[in-house]
This record gives sequence, structure tokens and C-alpha cells, in this order.
Amino acid sequence: MNTNQTASQQESRWSRLTQSKYFIYILISPLFLVLLAYVIYPFYQTFIQSVVGTEGAGIGNYKRFFSLESTANLEALWTSIYISVISVITCAIVGVTMAFLIERYEFPGRKILSILVLVPMALPPLVGVLSFTFLYGESGIIPRSLQALFNLESVPFSLKGITGVIVVHTFTMYTYFYLTASAAIKGLDPSLEEAATSLGSGRIRIWVKVILPMLTPAMVASSLLVFMIAMASYTAPLMFGVERTMTMQIYLSRTNGNLDMAATQSTILSIVSISFLIMMRWYQGRRNFQNQSKGISVHRTELRTPFMKYLSMFLSFIGVIILMLPILVLVLISFSVDGEWTIQIIPPAYTLDHYIALFTDERTWRPIWNSLQMSFVATIGNILFGVAAAYAMIRTRFKGKALLDILIMIPWALPGTVVAVNLIAAFSEPSVFSFNQVLIGTFWILPLAYFVRHLPLIFRSTSAALMQMDQSVEEAARSLGANWWYTFRRVVVPMAFSGILAGTLLAMVQGLGEFVASILIYSTSTMPLSVAIFQKMYAFQFGTACAYGVLQILLIIFVLFISQKLTNGKAGAVI
Amino acid sequence: MKSVRLDNVSKMFGTAKGVEHVAIDVKPGEFFTFLGPSGCGKTTTLRMIAGFYYPTKGKIFFDNRDVTTLQPNKRNIGMVFQNYALFPHMTVFENIAFGLEVRKLSKSVIKEKVERAQKLVHLDKYGNRKINELSGGQQQRVALARALVIEPDILLLDEPLSNLDAKLREETRLEIKRLQVELGVTTIYVTHDQTEAMTMSDRIMVMKEGVVQQIGSPQEIYNKPANHFVASFIGESNMLEGEVTEIRGTAVKVKVDSDLHVEGVLDTEADQPKLEVGKKVKLSIRPEAIFEGQGPNQLHGTIQLVEFTGVSINYLVKVGSSILKVMIINKGNQILKRGDSISLYVPEKGVYFINE
Repeated sequence: MNTNQTASQQESRWSRLTQSKYFIYILISPLFLVLLAYVIYPFYQTFIQSVVGTEGAGIGNYKRFFSLESTANLEALWTSIYISVISVITCAIVGVTMAFLIERYEFPGRKILSILVLVPMALPPLVGVLSFTFLYGESGIIPRSLQALFNLESVPFSLKGITGVIVVHTFTMYTYFYLTASAAIKGLDPSLEEAATSLGSGRIRIWVKVILPMLTPAMVASSLLVFMIAMASYTAPLMFGVERTMTMQIYLSRTNGNLDMAATQSTILSIVSISFLIMMRWYQGRRNFQNQSKGISVHRTELRTPFMKYLSMFLSFIGVIILMLPILVLVLISFSVDGEWTIQIIPPAYTLDHYIALFTDERTWRPIWNSLQMSFVATIGNILFGVAAAYAMIRTRFKGKALLDILIMIPWALPGTVVAVNLIAAFSEPSVFSFNQVLIGTFWILPLAYFVRHLPLIFRSTSAALMQMDQSVEEAARSLGANWWYTFRRVVVPMAFSGILAGTLLAMVQGLGEFVASILIYSTSTMPLSVAIFQKMYAFQFGTACAYGVLQILLIIFVLFISQKLTNGKAGAVI
Repeated sequence: MKSVRLDNVSKMFGTAKGVEHVAIDVKPGEFFTFLGPSGCGKTTTLRMIAGFYYPTKGKIFFDNRDVTTLQPNKRNIGMVFQNYALFPHMTVFENIAFGLEVRKLSKSVIKEKVERAQKLVHLDKYGNRKINELSGGQQQRVALARALVIEPDILLLDEPLSNLDAKLREETRLEIKRLQVELGVTTIYVTHDQTEAMTMSDRIMVMKEGVVQQIGSPQEIYNKPANHFVASFIGESNMLEGEVTEIRGTAVKVKVDSDLHVEGVLDTEADQPKLEVGKKVKLSIRPEAIFEGQGPNQLHGTIQLVEFTGVSINYLVKVGSSILKVMIINKGNQILKRGDSISLYVPEKGVYFINE
């Protein structure tokens, strides 16, 4: 009797607590705590380092950054912006043209092209740049074969410097434009064009007055995105030796031991990135053209004349070649004997050794195993955080929602270089958030970096899945007597499963390919896969480097395939 | 079987009004309907009974137990949602079994109960089907079985028929009513469809903009509407306004305009407006209360529009400056044409005086 009473009292106190409108803040506080510890605090530490520095507090570092006496920093900022703007323009041209050709015209080779057009997404940043230098670099396969073919004195062209960076950016980033533009074109209601025609418009007027305005939102969104990614780009400038970009300057300041300056440069780059992020969020909030009619059927114009048919066939063939070459060359070189390939057009000797070594030689296998472990740890963290944050975001109401959203998206906007610098600033010394440990130099710093960098992935894919799920399904479970936890386990998680899994795979694979932050914070005992590729590359062990690269690509293709299946072809939503 | 009592319940959303001062007493086993146009607060009220919203003011009782802030999963209710809210990742059997598993019944008992429920809604052979392999009507019946199998104290139905096509809607309507009568469960039904409300309910609560307009049996609601809104929302009605010219006991004469005088009888049992000679009054005449031919309240008019529905002939008739809807049951009478003149009469009990 007595125990019964206390039990019911406890229950009532518990239920009073859970029904309080402040209870939600207890639930979401861990989310904010994680963000505070691993996003805001490191960022703050970097900022402090940039203003406090070694020579006493002040804005001296910022003065030096913008000083006109030594213009290296200003030049770097200018070059970064210049490269980013050009990248946006070239990516837009390539991406939108491809989208229109593939969505609006029927020609021989369209099917294969429409699949291969996404190949650049399967290239991890480092491996992509690598294959471009093999193909089009100073001693690349294409320039050399042209030289041999036409008996030239020197190679007719080669990719280097800023041009090289822009070409690589175009190749790897046009997919962002392609994806949004083709989605927008698919969503274009043909009846709008028909309506315009019926009202007497000609083709040009339809383009100017109907189609382009409808595509503008997609274009603006992708421009901001590509600009942001190009600003953060580190691998391409590194491989093409463009030292005057923001990311390279941070890397150089850091390796030269000028930590205050690295912090200053990081802070300035962060401000640029975050302001672009905020612009994007703001723009996404106000854009939206809804289609009124349902069940849109896309009609493709067929190319009829034989000449056009052959021309299009030829052009698609060229397109396929260009798209496939980077991967083919990696596969080719992965079979080459290390050190044999010097002045020949293609490697002269081949072997299977590199692939065998991957799984048999302990030293070659080590980086793969490291990356698998670290990526796994980071992904577990991402799942816990991402699912909880997505649920809180979509299903509950609390003050500070917009703040949570922005805080989660910030790591995604921050260049990997900056994330690394921030973590170094925060965790070179023991702090509460690292349980009084120094994390730099340990195993844990890399998983932490991966966790922070890929924070939004699972959050976004899960949010998308939850948004599609009608809330009444949860209410139905509650009305049938299930408590919150039972409902979450039996109904919410199974229904959002495909979204969670898609994000998880993506986070895992991104972790396996992560290079930009890793290069700044790895230690020899925890060398990740991408850093190993980089080092093999510099040790002229091209074969091993490419074998690693092929392995990464296979993993990524596998993951993209699975998530495409899971999200019914809406993989674009995850990225 | 439990009674449901709402004690002066109000719900505010921020500063926006949801519902105000709802006070009802649903008897055990009763079929009680909330009726009103969208946004009238009927679903809000239902969700407070289910426990998805808590009232801002007032209390809710199941029998004599205060459940105002009880969690929905502790209320033992069965609820059918407008979009059914079936679990898409489970089979028909698993959907129906969900509530029983929550209650930790043994496997064999669950199997037996689910199979009985499937039979009840004629889905015996569909246990292994996935939800997306069912038609709308079948999904609807799964939702019903899932809500009923837990033997709820109260069954809540939120516009359960609105996603079905007309034919299926009628079939399912009979089905729901049959199950409710057979199982005798206290049922609260939300709809904006007056036919559903009229045919199924023991009592109806008509709501508008969060305020209760009238509570009563279907006959009371139809025959003795409390106000203009109820009269025009339930069925069709000719609403007229005029000046009282004479009161003799319960008989009242009203002048609508110079060509249209109407005489009616005050209903002493219903809530009737206080009438005085010279004051304005509103009255309602149902289209089917107007007859063709000679009789009391003789009217003459010209036909503006003719509609033939099969069951009836509907006329719009211009009498003086007013236009009246008239419904004549089709007994093979001659159908008049636009422009013809027509003689009509209204029996005195066909005239109903309403408030405001």
C-alpha cells in the first residue's frame, strides 16, 4: 500500500516534469552542449588566439592581414575569391548545359551520359586532383601523347597554376549545378510553356520570360554553394602549387609555426564562409515555385536529322571519354610498377602487387584500417547526434530552433582547413570538453574532426525522411497506448531508417576520404588513407597511391548506389 | 464504455483562439458527432479528448476520472485518423497487433484477437499484405480494426471517410455504424459532412469558429436550428427577415415585404426568440416545406431556375423581391419551365423562428 503510494507519487512527479513546457529544453540541452564543445568553443579559441596572440592583445594580426606593405594575405584573399567566382561561372555553364541536353533532348547516348554525368561525385577530392595531374599535368598522358603524335618540341599544353585549379573545380563541382538544374527542369511544368505558346509567345520569349525566371532560384542556390566549396578548396591549389589562396596560406602559416596568423586567416575565411551560409539559408527560405499541375510528363525533343544524330553521338562519346578518363587512368596506374614510369607516355610495366599488398602487407593495410576505425567512431557519433537533432528539429517546438539549425550547418560551411585549425586551437591543451585530455596527437582528434565536418549529413537525411512522415502516424501509436520511447523505436526509427542509413553511409565514406583536415592534424601512428595517398604520391609510388584511390572510388560508388536505392533516386537531397 | 465530460474547455494557440467554453456530456455508448466547417475547432476538441493537446482552461473527465493532462497512451482510446496513419513498414496483421503488443499480451492471445478483428472488418485474408498494397477502403478498415482491437473505452474518429470516394463512403458509413452499435463503444466522430452527421449520430454538436452553436439530436438540429448558421449549414433553408405584424397566442404574422406575408407558430418547447409587434425577426423555411398548390401562406411567383434531380424537382422562385428555394418531390408531376408562374403554400409548422 505504502510503496504503491510512493510509486504513484513518483510517477505523478515524473509526468508533471515531462509535461512541463520546459521539459523539451532538458532534452535538447545535450545537443547544444555538443555544438558548444566542438563547434563554438574551438571557433572561439581560434578567435582568441588571433586577437591575443604572442605579442599581447589587440587587432594587430588583422592589421597585418590587411596591411598594404606585405600583400601576401590580401593577394591570397583576392585569388581565392577570383578562383571561386570563375569556378561558379564555368560550373554553371557546364552544369546547366548538361542538364538541358539530358533532360530536354533525346539523342543516341543520352542514357549512358545521364548516368556518367555524376561520375565526378564519385571522386574523392584528393584522388580527383591526382588523376587530373596524371592526365593533363606537365608530364601527363594527354599532353605527352599529343607531343609524340605531332612530333613537337615540348608538350603543347599542360594544366598548371590557377587554370589547373579552375579546370579541376569545374570538373568536380559542376554536378551541383547539374543536380539542381535538372531537378528544376524536371519540375518545370510543360503546361506553362504550352500556355505561353498558346498566348502567342515565340521560343525566345518563352525562354526569357518563363524558363529562366523559373530556374533562377536553383541557379542562385547552386552558385552560393559552389562559391563556398571553391573558397574552401585546398587539395587543388596544393597539387597545382597555387600558394596564394586562403586555405594554402593557413596551411603555410601553420607549418611555418606562425600560429597567430593561421588563426587570423582562419577567422577571416570562416567569416566569409559563414556569411555565405547565412545568405544561402535566407535565400532558400524565400525561393519556391510550386507546380500547380500534378503528374508532370517530361517531353524530350528528338533530334531528327541524320547529321544532328551523328554529331550528338560523337559529342556524347567525347563526353563519356572525358568523364571516364580520370577513373580509367587511376585504374591503369594502380597496376603500374612503382618507379618505372618516368618519361614514357603511359606506364611501361604492370603488376597486381599493389592490390595484393593492400590486404596482405601490414604497412599498406594500416592506413585503410586506421581510416575505417576513425570513420566508424565518427559516424557512430554522427548517428546519435544527427537522429536526435533531426527529431528535435522536425517534431518538437522550442525557442532557438533557428540557432540550432544554423549551428549544425556551420561545420558544413567551414573549410576543412579551418575546422582543423579550430580543433588545434581548442584541444592542444586539456579542457572540460576533452575530459581534461590533450587530444592533439592522439587517435581521438581525427574522429572528432570527421564528426564535426560531417555533422550535418545524417541530420539532413534524417530530417528529410522525418518531414515526409506524417505526424499522425506517431499519434496513432500513442493513441494505441505506446509510450514515447516505444513509438520512437517501433515507428519513427523504422520509418526514417532509409534516411538514416543513407546519411550514415555518406558520412562513413566521406570520413574514409577526408584529406583536408586530416593533413593538418594526423600523427604518424594514426595516418589516414588519404594522407597515405598523398605521401605515396610524393614518394613516387604512384601504383600504390592509385590502388588506394581505386579502393576509395569503389567504396563511394557502392555507397552512392545504395543510397540512390534507399532514397528512390533522391540522393541529391542528401548532398 | 465510458462517459466523456468536457467541463468548460477552452484552447488557445498562443493568442489565437482555438475553441471556447465547450461543455458536453457524452453518455456511455453514445454516438456523438462534432460538426462544422473546416477551422471550426472540432478537430482541436477531439485532439484534447485524445490527449494530443491539453486544454488551456477547463477539465476533461472519462467517467469520473480527471484526464485533462493525462498522456494519450494512458487513456485507452481508439483513434482513427483522417489519413488513417497506418504504419507503412508493417503488415496489416502487425498494424492491428501494435496496440496489443504494447499491452504485453501473449502471442497466442494477440493472434486470436487480431484475427477476430480482421474478420470483423472483412479483411480475414489480408494479414500479410503491406499497407501500400491495399485500396483506400481497405486501409480505412485496417485503421478501424487497429483502433477497435484494443477494446478502447472511447472511440475517436477524425473525418474517417473524407478520403474515400462517394460510393465507398456510404458503404463504410454503414459499416462504422454497424460496428459501433454491435460493440456499444462510446464514439466521438468529427466531420464536416452533414449527411454523415445526420445519419450516424445520436447527438450532434454544431461548431463555428471555435464556438458551440447547438447541441442536439439530428431531428432537433434540423427542425429546430438554434440560429441562422445552424439552419443554413445543416440542409438547405430559405432564410427570411421581416417585421412582426401580429401576435395571437403562439401564432405570429410576419411581413417580409409588401408581397410576402408569412404566418407561423412559435415552438413553445424550443428556445425561441422573444417577439414583439413591430420588431424584426428571422425565420427559416426548408425548401421541402413549401408545396405547390393552394393552402395557408399562399404565395405566387415566377420560376427563375429549374433543376431535375430525379428524386425531386428544385425550383428557384421569385416571390416579390425575395427568391425562394422550393423542392417538390417527383411524383410524376409536370415540370414547369423558367418564366412560368407558380402557386405555392407553406403550412404553418413549416415556418420556424430563429434567434439573432
